[in-house]
Amino acid sequence: MSDSIAAVTTPMRQDHPLIKPVAVSGRGFYIATLALLIVMSWAFFAWFTQFMNGLGETGLNRPVYWGIYITNFVFFVGISHAGTLISAILRVTGAEWRRPITRAAEAITVFALMVGPINVFFDLGSPHRVLNIVFHGQLNSPLIWDVICISIYLMSSLLYLYLPLIPDIAELRNAGVKPLWFYRLLAIGWQETEKQKRLLKKMIGFMAIAIIPVAVSVHTVVSWVFAMTIQPMWHSTIFGPYFVVGAIFSGIAAIIIAMAILRKVYKLDRYLKPLHFKNLGILLMVMACLWLYFTFAEYLTTFYGGEPSHMAVFYAKIAGEFAPMFWAMVAFCFIIPFPILAIPKFRTITGTVIASISVNIGMWLERYTIVVPSLSNPRLPISEINYTPSWVEWSITAGCFAGLTLFYVLFSKIFPIISIWELKEGGIDVGSGPEITGAAS
Amino acid sequence: MARWGMVIDLDRCTGCQACVVACRQENNIPEVGPEQAAMGRGIYWMQLIEEKEAAHEDAHIAYLPRPCMHCDNPLCVKVCPVGATYKNSEGLVGQVYARCIGCRYCTTACPYTARYFNWYKPEWKPEEKKYLSPDVSLRPKGVVEKCSFCVHRIRKARRKAKDENRELVDGDVVPACGETCPSKAIFFGDLDDPNSEVSKLAKSRRAFRLEDHLGTGPKVIYLREGEWSE
Repeated sequence: MSDSIAAVTTPMRQDHPLIKPVAVSGRGFYIATLALLIVMSWAFFAWFTQFMNGLGETGLNRPVYWGIYITNFVFFVGISHAGTLISAILRVTGAEWRRPITRAAEAITVFALMVGPINVFFDLGSPHRVLNIVFHGQLNSPLIWDVICISIYLMSSLLYLYLPLIPDIAELRNAGVKPLWFYRLLAIGWQETEKQKRLLKKMIGFMAIAIIPVAVSVHTVVSWVFAMTIQPMWHSTIFGPYFVVGAIFSGIAAIIIAMAILRKVYKLDRYLKPLHFKNLGILLMVMACLWLYFTFAEYLTTFYGGEPSHMAVFYAKIAGEFAPMFWAMVAFCFIIPFPILAIPKFRTITGTVIASISVNIGMWLERYTIVVPSLSNPRLPISEINYTPSWVEWSITAGCFAGLTLFYVLFSKIFPIISIWELKEGGIDVGSGPEITGAAS
Repeated sequence: MARWGMVIDLDRCTGCQACVVACRQENNIPEVGPEQAAMGRGIYWMQLIEEKEAAHEDAHIAYLPRPCMHCDNPLCVKVCPVGATYKNSEGLVGQVYARCIGCRYCTTACPYTARYFNWYKPEWKPEEKKYLSPDVSLRPKGVVEKCSFCVHRIRKARRKAKDENRELVDGDVVPACGETCPSKAIFFGDLDDPNSEVSKLAKSRRAFRLEDHLGTGPKVIYLREGEWSE
């Protein structure tokens, strides 16, 4: 394996397809960035309106105290899981096909983790007091568990993203990509010596294992924000694993979508192959089955027990106010994606992308139908009040999606989105210029 | 040390809502206007819950005035991330407006939905401003508030008793809702004092507590309607 690294002594050229997105920026990049910035500015305006006037600018009320901000929080943290967890599991189990997709996955983790928790900040009535969480944090509160676990996860996934980047940053430095000082700084003197390589592999190996329990803990404590209360259909022991499964499910879908876009925009067909979409598609199918199993177990237990306050929420979901969203969730999470992923003929790039988009819509709906119906049906009878998200909430939600996309676009313009050295290590001849890449197996 | 509690006799309650109005007046609870109220943003530290017992027009309507239950095991206190709500040594569940970050975890965790949020900055008309009570602090926008069992009245009564060189006795503390109630349905006192009126009433066979099975230990005790023969 290491022979192939030694063989490439000449630095890679800037027009190499894996480096070109970093070295050269076309019109498409500027247009996309501008469009995303416009959406984000609008979202900032919406947030500023809310900040000045109060949370009255949302559609929230009593008893529906939480709405789509909390939905977004759970959704984005869910997305974040896949990245690192998938890449870590594939690294630990030595799945060779992982090589071109690990970085794209890890980057999703970091950016979704930045976008998700900020939704809790948007949800605060007194955001100027947010530091009370640090100064007066109460370990009793599951929200503080979230703060702790998510902070650890963000730090460790940043490190887990950075470590395998070092040799590639050195590659950019050697290729003379500007700004050179930036890459020289971040490459921290990487010279590809045997000692450095041994140390790096050791650290990556350690992080890959350490990050798995951290990832599991994060989505578990997110679910515990709900499950630790005694509210109907929140107070459930299955919530921890149910959320972890849902997180991996929506996360894999997010990776597939991101890979398809990268492949198209940066013309990475040679590296992101139908095989990768097929393998991830199979994983997605397994998660769809697990998701259905957990959902069924959760709802049957509630229904069989028949406790009135739980049944009020149950019926609101199955046949009441939230039935359209509930059944749409079932359709998007299982009925649509499962046949696509189960039938080999449909398990193509287009097929898996359609299934993934469906899964992500379904999982957002799932988060919504977990948060809102329980709050809409409190134990004590109070007047029927509906919750409709306001323009402010929708704008901020759009801003979150735009923010995640922008972070991702910028990342892919600053660093190679495919791990070059790991490809080489896997015995894939990436060559040094555009003409040799045809040789990639 | 007292353990404050309230008894509400539903047999005496006529559903007139005088307690609701008195509470608003006493505790500087802002009006949110009809539009916001219809959206579910009205604030009622004391709220009258009504339940029609059948669908037809002449059906009996049950009324239930609902203050904060000041639970012995308050779920709101458990979940608060910043310690902005707490249970004090006398069993009162208090709210620290200056520390509350407005995350509304307590409002979602409370099984009685007895907590309220200031969606906008509370406003009063100039002529109303003159009548704001100086005993109760005004709340800014973005914080949670709820019934305090008229804690300022408890403090006042204690100060008065001290001035008169005596112990606090049963009946010294009367919250605004109890003072106003025309049918004298609301009682307030020390549940740990076996001779207090609330302790005696709490032993009634008509006594029940809301959602008691949840283990919250509410300190508001209701007396069931009917059964005059007791």
